[in-house]
Amino acid sequence: MTEWEAVIGIETHVELQTKSKMFCGCLVDSGDEPNTAVCPVCLALPGALPVPNKEAIEGILSIGDALECTLIEDSLFYRKNYFYPDLPKNYQISQYTFPLCLDGRLAVDVDGEPTVVGITRVHMEEDTGKSTHIGVSGRIHGANHTLLDFNRAGVPLVEVVSEPDIRSPEQARAYGAELQRVVRTLGVSDARLEEGSMRFDVNVSVRPAGSDILGTRTEVKNVNSLRSMQRAIAYEITRQIEVLESGGSIHLETRHWDEAKGATRSGRTKEGSEDYRYFQDPDLLPLHIDEDWRKRVHARRPELPAAKRARYVALGADRSTADLLADAGDLAALFEAAVSAGADARTIGIWLTGEVVAYLRREDVTIDETGLSADSLVELAGMTGDGDLSATAAKEVLGGVLAGEGTPSQVAEARDLLQISDASTIETEVMAVLDQHPDAIEKIRNGDSKPIGFLVGQVMRATGGKADPRMVQDLIRRKTQA
Amino acid sequence: MTDLADLTIAAAGRGLRSGAFTAVDLLDAVERRAAVTEAHLHAYLTLDRAGARVAAEAADVALAAGDPRPLLGIPLALKDNMVTKGVETTASSQILAGWKPPYDGTAASRLRDAGAVIVGKTNLDEFAMGSSTENSAYGPTRNPWNTDRVPGGSSGGSAAAVAVGSALGAFGSDTGGSIRQPASLTGTVGAKPTYGLVSRYGLIAFASSLDQIGPIARTVPDAAALLEAVVGWDPMDATSYNGDMPSISKSLDRGVAGLRIGVVTELSGEGIDPEVLAATKQVIDRLSDAGADVVEISLPAIEYALSAYYLIAPAECSANLARFDGVRYGLRIDGATTEEMMAKTRAEGFGPEVTRRILLGTYALSAGYYDAFYGQAQRVRTLLRNDFASAYGRVDVLVSPTSPTTAFEVGAKTADPLTMYFADICTIATNLAGDPAISVPIGLDDAGLPIGFQIMAPALGEEVMFQVAAEVERLAAFTERPRLATSKVVTP
Repeated sequence: MTEWEAVIGIETHVELQTKSKMFCGCLVDSGDEPNTAVCPVCLALPGALPVPNKEAIEGILSIGDALECTLIEDSLFYRKNYFYPDLPKNYQISQYTFPLCLDGRLAVDVDGEPTVVGITRVHMEEDTGKSTHIGVSGRIHGANHTLLDFNRAGVPLVEVVSEPDIRSPEQARAYGAELQRVVRTLGVSDARLEEGSMRFDVNVSVRPAGSDILGTRTEVKNVNSLRSMQRAIAYEITRQIEVLESGGSIHLETRHWDEAKGATRSGRTKEGSEDYRYFQDPDLLPLHIDEDWRKRVHARRPELPAAKRARYVALGADRSTADLLADAGDLAALFEAAVSAGADARTIGIWLTGEVVAYLRREDVTIDETGLSADSLVELAGMTGDGDLSATAAKEVLGGVLAGEGTPSQVAEARDLLQISDASTIETEVMAVLDQHPDAIEKIRNGDSKPIGFLVGQVMRATGGKADPRMVQDLIRRKTQA
Repeated sequence: MTDLADLTIAAAGRGLRSGAFTAVDLLDAVERRAAVTEAHLHAYLTLDRAGARVAAEAADVALAAGDPRPLLGIPLALKDNMVTKGVETTASSQILAGWKPPYDGTAASRLRDAGAVIVGKTNLDEFAMGSSTENSAYGPTRNPWNTDRVPGGSSGGSAAAVAVGSALGAFGSDTGGSIRQPASLTGTVGAKPTYGLVSRYGLIAFASSLDQIGPIARTVPDAAALLEAVVGWDPMDATSYNGDMPSISKSLDRGVAGLRIGVVTELSGEGIDPEVLAATKQVIDRLSDAGADVVEISLPAIEYALSAYYLIAPAECSANLARFDGVRYGLRIDGATTEEMMAKTRAEGFGPEVTRRILLGTYALSAGYYDAFYGQAQRVRTLLRNDFASAYGRVDVLVSPTSPTTAFEVGAKTADPLTMYFADICTIATNLAGDPAISVPIGLDDAGLPIGFQIMAPALGEEVMFQVAAEVERLAAFTERPRLATSKVVTP
């Protein structure tokens, strides 16, 4: 039986959240009434001309910079020619040779297994309008007319093309998630898959493991979440292997992912049917990106998710909490403030990604709507560190603070959760317990340490859980030594 | 007394400012002229009487207040591929029949801001594709010097209107000679400025890397004044020139003494009508007598200019004209599917020459052919630019005939597109180079048809180009007017 290897490359389209469209002054705002954010340029009226939007170019450059691409000095705009009713010019302004950014990389991690995915290119495109087919089926076949909304026509898009470096559905998902995080961190797009502001076209092929020849690929479209991308790829790999093992062959085609059926179905055949007749757009001069501009873009690069995660780990957070925190903007801010004020990173990380996240979900509130602040986290961490609160009590106090009951010390006092760390009080309690369990003392003295835990438990019970367990344990050890 | 319709823009401006007549008088004269000549010429597709009247009345108010703008109250015509707000704009195509644009192109709006009175929209070869104004969906325009002849094209309507006096000046567009060649064939002055000098925003694109708007007038100073009103950087056109504007009319009186003038070898013999050659030679001799240093200059790549042009221009037009699909504006022929609707609309809406060029361009850009056709044409373009650049290292301007022949007969070349393409043999190279050029009338041939003289200059060399043009105009002393303009005009 042949061992198969999947080869996966991903083309990602990201809608940029610029103020205005790619080539005109119309506002980018999908919430408007149909055909209200339009002008002669984006409707392709006769005589209208495109003028590039600098903000969009900068957004694309920032993505290229974040993906460690080479930013091209003289970038060219091309016309990609095809007829479609929602494409006003019947060509799309895109890039072909000399795109804005080339040759980058993105490191992704699956279960601690790091991989680097090559980025072929990052280039500019413009979005089309939206067709709504009116008729019995709501599909193009059987529709009796089509409504067109050009509000989205000309919205800047960036296409990020990966090398076929991805080998599994899990890696693909990790790549998609990391790219989404990068784009969001840059602030150039909200990159929402479900709303289409980030979309994936996935190229999948399989080949005998160890081969360096690429198999025929299919392009899977309509994956609207990271989960469905992972499922679609897994399905497609299995399907292709089955076809090949039963002696069939794979055709170069577009396949659509059907989320409900959990399967891809054949769409358009690509072979020989598409000739976009790319040629340099004579309405647009080469875009010169000088060294100053490239330096400015690089200087503005924010801390990227990978760097942030590494920093959190270096501060002392667990790997898994670091991953979660780096993704959560407002929690990350609290984390950083608390840790920089001296609180223990590991403890803060665990609280934020555990109790706090659970509370926010349960109560359906944002962090701003709770009583939690960096100061209260610092105070709470201090109390546990000093032994004033047990770990369990600390979580309860945290719940009270989140609910707005006051500062940690106020909550701890009000709920009577402060630990007894007064040595004489604890000694009295310990002696009382030891008096009741001479057999346990006997066992310990004979070298069996098991009853220590039992005795600690008894003291804790007698003190309503408020005794500092470490002090109790130390005392019991001392008292039971011969 | 002279009919006001026969005044130059300069003279009309003086008359308006002195109070000899009003802008409304001037408009009346031009409209009376049109009322007589249109039946013979068909220079206009649309006369915007109401709009023109409002503009003329507003100009009179401003004139009374001493407003000094040079084009204030001057009746002008615009080629119908220049978008005008609220006034039907068709580019002479069935596919845009009835389209009233919701916006003004930059040139039109600058002319309105200059106080000009826009009389109407002139006929052209459909989408500016042609050299005779016969390829119009609305019928041909005829030459006011002889109505059996074509006025040239594609800006034939604008040229005929200016020649006959149904406008004092006009604007056209020049992609391969479409301003200069009709100017030559109608005895008017026509200039194509440096690429990027006049915004293309609102010019219905034919071939974006070649198209330029420019003036047609009866004199060189008038053409300079018209051009000055529309040049300048436009944020709406990414190819518009964003540097210091060349001076245009500063050196009109300076003569040619000491200037180096190159006569283009490749445009001085084979393929050029002997009468045209003789007239050209005579002007060159006079320029030499006037103190110019005349030398012969060879531009070897010019031999391939026509071939390169007929790959580049159709390639660009195949994409530029894709937007005419019946979906958003203009003609729509229904079909069973959207695709069929688009196909039927285009098949019905475009004329044969436009269809031919779209097909040619689509083919030239197709996978497997791109490099041999479009790629090769771009390399020729580079060669040609190099030829011009090295020529302008040696001379200030280049000269040649504007058109290889004078006006040909209506229908003479319509059957054979290739012969028609040769009408632009002298003008096409400057479009490929992006340089400015101007045509100045220098006399009549034996058949009484005008001959034009072309002056080419390096990019942004408008000042020296107009300087030489003005001298050519003085030396040639061409004062003839077409019979149709001078025949007794019926008084209302």
